Parts: sequence; C-alpha cells; structure tokens
Amino acid sequence: MASGELVSSFDPRRVRADTPLLRRVINERSITYLDSASSSLPPRAVIEAMGRYYEMRHANVHRGVYQTANEATAVYEGARESVASFINAPGGANEIVFTKNATEAFNLLAKSWGAKNLKAGDVVLVSEMEHHANIVPWFQLRELNGIEVRFIPVNDDYRLDLTNIESLMENVKLVSLTSMSNVLGTINPIKDLAALAHRHGALFAVDAAQSIAHSPTDVTELDVDFFIFSAHKMLGPTGIGVFWTREAILDAMPPFLGGGGMISDVRTSGYTPATGPSKFEAGTPPIGEAAGLGAAVLYLEGLGMTNIVEHERHLTYDALTRLASEFDGRVRVIGPSDTHNRGGVISLDIAGVHPHDVAQVLDQFGVCVRPGHHCAKPLMRRFGLAATARASFGPYSLTRDTDVLIEALHHAVTMFG
Amino acid sequence: MSSLEDLYREVILDHYRSPRNRGELASPPALRVEGFNPLCGDEIVVYLEVRDGVLVDIKLTGHGCSISQSSSSLMSAAVKGKPVSEVRGIIANFKQLMTGVEATLSDEKPAAPVDLRAMGELAALQGVVKFPVRIKCATLAWNTLTQGLDELD
Repeated sequence: MASGELVSSFDPRRVRADTPLLRRVINERSITYLDSASSSLPPRAVIEAMGRYYEMRHANVHRGVYQTANEATAVYEGARESVASFINAPGGANEIVFTKNATEAFNLLAKSWGAKNLKAGDVVLVSEMEHHANIVPWFQLRELNGIEVRFIPVNDDYRLDLTNIESLMENVKLVSLTSMSNVLGTINPIKDLAALAHRHGALFAVDAAQSIAHSPTDVTELDVDFFIFSAHKMLGPTGIGVFWTREAILDAMPPFLGGGGMISDVRTSGYTPATGPSKFEAGTPPIGEAAGLGAAVLYLEGLGMTNIVEHERHLTYDALTRLASEFDGRVRVIGPSDTHNRGGVISLDIAGVHPHDVAQVLDQFGVCVRPGHHCAKPLMRRFGLAATARASFGPYSLTRDTDVLIEALHHAVTMFG
Repeated sequence: MSSLEDLYREVILDHYRSPRNRGELASPPALRVEGFNPLCGDEIVVYLEVRDGVLVDIKLTGHGCSISQSSSSLMSAAVKGKPVSEVRGIIANFKQLMTGVEATLSDEKPAAPVDLRAMGELAALQGVVKFPVRIKCATLAWNTLTQGLDELD
C-alpha cells in the first residue's frame, strides 16, 4: 500500500517526523493516531515555541516595562497577528479575541453579542449537526430572554436539508453553523448560506473548529460575521481558542468576563471597559498557549493548506472505498460516502459491536479512535444512534494508518461474531 | 491480545449476545428504575418485583456496550429469586470485585478478598478492573439496582 506521497513539497512523512507523539509505542505497536478531530498532535515547533516562552520570556503581558515582559507581550500580540493573517481578518489583529477554547468563544458570542442584540421572539438558526458548544449557549440565552432556537434538519445523505431554508429564515437574527461536522465530515456551503442570511438581515456565525486545520480559511471572502475555532484542533496547544468578528461588531459588544486586563478605568463608583480585543480578555491570558498557537499557524502555512486538503481527501477516499468493500456491509459509514464537500472524519457504525467495544479492541492495536456521541446528541438521535466510533485524519496521517485501522476492525468484527 | 481476551471472556460475550431477563414488568406493581452513563450514552432500565423480602422477578431493557449489557444480564441471573438481604451481599461482593481501581476512603478497613468461586459467572467480569474507564460500564446496572432497592426500603 502506498503511503500517501504527494508530488508537491508537502510530505506527510516529514510532518510525522516532526510530531514527537507519533513515536509512541502502544501495546507493542506503533501508535496509529486517528483522533485528530478530537485533538490534533502538536509538532515539535509548537512545543518548542511554548518552551521558549517558559524558559526565556516568561512574564505577564501588557504590564511590565522590563525586557522579558516586553518580549512576552510581543509573543502574545504576535500570535494575534499570525491568526488574523491566517484567516484573512479584514481588520487585522484588532478583530482577534483569544478565549479558553471554541466553547468559551461561543459563550462569548451568546452571552455578550446575543444577550445585547437578541430579544424574545428572535430566532437563532442552527442545525441538527451542531456540536453542543453551538447549541447549549443558545438554550441558555433562551432561558434568559426567550429567544427561539431553530434547527435546520439533516438529510438522509448526511447533508443539510435546505429545501425549506427560506421559510426557516423567518425572524432569524443569527445563523450559527458548523463549517464541517465533527461526526459526519460534511462540509457545509458556508459562503452561500452567509449570503442568504445577509439577504434576510441576519448575521452569520461559523463553528470552524473542525475545518480550521483542514481547509484554507478566508473570512473576508466567506463574508461571515463571526468565526470561532480552537488551537488544539490545528496542531496547537489546548487552553486557547479564537473568536473573530468584524471590528465594528466587536466594538459594540458588551464585556463578557470582568476583571483585570479588560478595563480602561476602575473607580469605587464603577468601571470603564477597555477597547479592542482586551475588553474580552479578562485576567492573565494564555500566553504560552498563544506562543504555541502562533507557531502552529506558521507550521500549517508552511505545509500549505491546499496541500493538506489534497492529502486528506486522498486518505478519505481510500478509507471510504476500503471500508465499503471489506466488511460485507457490516461496517456502515455515518457520513457522506463520497469526498465531495467532505472532510477526513469517518464515523463508523458496526452491526453487533458497540462503539466502546470497537475502540477497546482497536486500542490493543495501538489505534486511537473516539467512541461516543461526540457532543452532538441531537445528530445522534436524528440517525437513531447512541454513539459511533470515529476515525479522523490529520496532516501526519498515512494510508498505513488506514491499513492498521482495517486490520483491527476485522479483529473486532470477528471477536464479536 | 491476552488482556483483551481477559476483558472479553466467553461468558461475557455469551451474555452480550443472549442477554438474560430481557424485557419489562408491569409497573406498578414492579418498580422501574433508570440508570445513565452520560459519558458514553449507555442507558439501562431495571424492573424489580419484591414480595415478602424476596426479589421475585427482575427484567432489564436499555442499550450499551458489551460490558454494561453483559454485566446487567449476569447481575439479573445472580439476583433473581434471592432474598433482598442476600442480593445486597451479592452487590457488595461485586462492587468489591471492581475496587481494583475504584478507591475506597482511606479510613475504611480493607475488605477481605472476594471469593471468586462463590461468585460464579460474575467472576468473569474481574478482567474489567484492568481497564479503568470500563468499570463504570460494568457497575451501571448494579448502581441502578441498588438505587431501586434503596427506594423500596
């Protein structure tokens, strides 16, 4: 079996060599990491950037006047610049807010922008394929001020059912959708839907947690209003996420968490919030994590996002083809069966074998997949499933990983008869 | 693969494929108790009928992995028709079997080792202890049964 070589300068084996964790041996087998949709593996460049901060530059940001404090601030703000450039934010770094993760970014959206701009009867339109992070904050806002949360249905072909989208848009003030399903791998037509939302006078938010490391991103070209993702799904560290919106919207949003760093003045009578991203970054921010995120962005840019897309499409096509032919129909892929508008997330339903048992057997082969509902219970219910076993690719994945996956799946199927 | 075979013993796979006491009881008179494992989505419903201090009937529905399903099936076979006091003892023994990892409070006296021979088929579940994340699968039915017995007390 060929191992995913490409003609361009991008070489997944180089990425593999750059990724220390892939040297691990689990149960006497080389690790086969197929859980990048859950969390991707950082290359040495990311780990070293974080190490450099802690070893050489550790200080708080935005306060000290000494050398290392200035350097720490430069590292932190430099990461903001890198992220702004990576997603082509029209207003640059001033539009990038660092959060704890994508979930916190959604809470910022709902609890700051949403609480101010949405009132009883207004509708937030999401879909049945959303992660809980793009559902629960809206339900919480509904409890607070009586908004309606409406769901775009998902078709049997695992894509959004847009047949009645015009009527679904009634009273919608915000459309908030995932750019790529973390269960199905489905890539949604974000640009078209953003244009449709704007025609109806609604704003458009994107949950880009799954797509950010697997497709080129240009928020200016997409013409969306909010864009949310987390570092650890793009080869970066845990503990830092990104919230982007246009500067005019950001400036009009009320503060979210209160404390140090987010103020311009505090008196005994009250406070005046800071301006710009600082207004939403209360307390000491994740500085080391920002250093890691900045390095992850540079690393991904070095690989080339279009190269990653091509590589993962090749892997996904190969895996879908083999899964469809090797198991006499016992292994069902819960997601589109072709690679058109589809990413490298492959959810499996295996007749007679529970996903937790699948994952347990796979672990014996050193294969890391994710069993469970993937924080998408409405989607699971839609397809009558309690859970799936999910395999997902990253830029370091090779067809060799699929070989081991299929070998281990054969073992699971045989074992449970 | 030895530890995997230790987990998925033939008895477990047998109870998974052919679960015992599957079904529902009219409630009332039977007590209906639900158990959930929110992390993995496993669900179980236990129906208990206790008369004169004896667990005269037990039925189970729900869905889950082979460990949770076989454990509930094995449990039902072990406790059906037994006096409630004896059922409590079986539960205590089973919980102790699972304490390979589930830590007891430090001032609790270490209990005597479980007599595996006395546990019969339930002993097949001891391999679960080596897989800490699966212990919750094995104990789901037992915790649900305990909850039901507590309600009846």
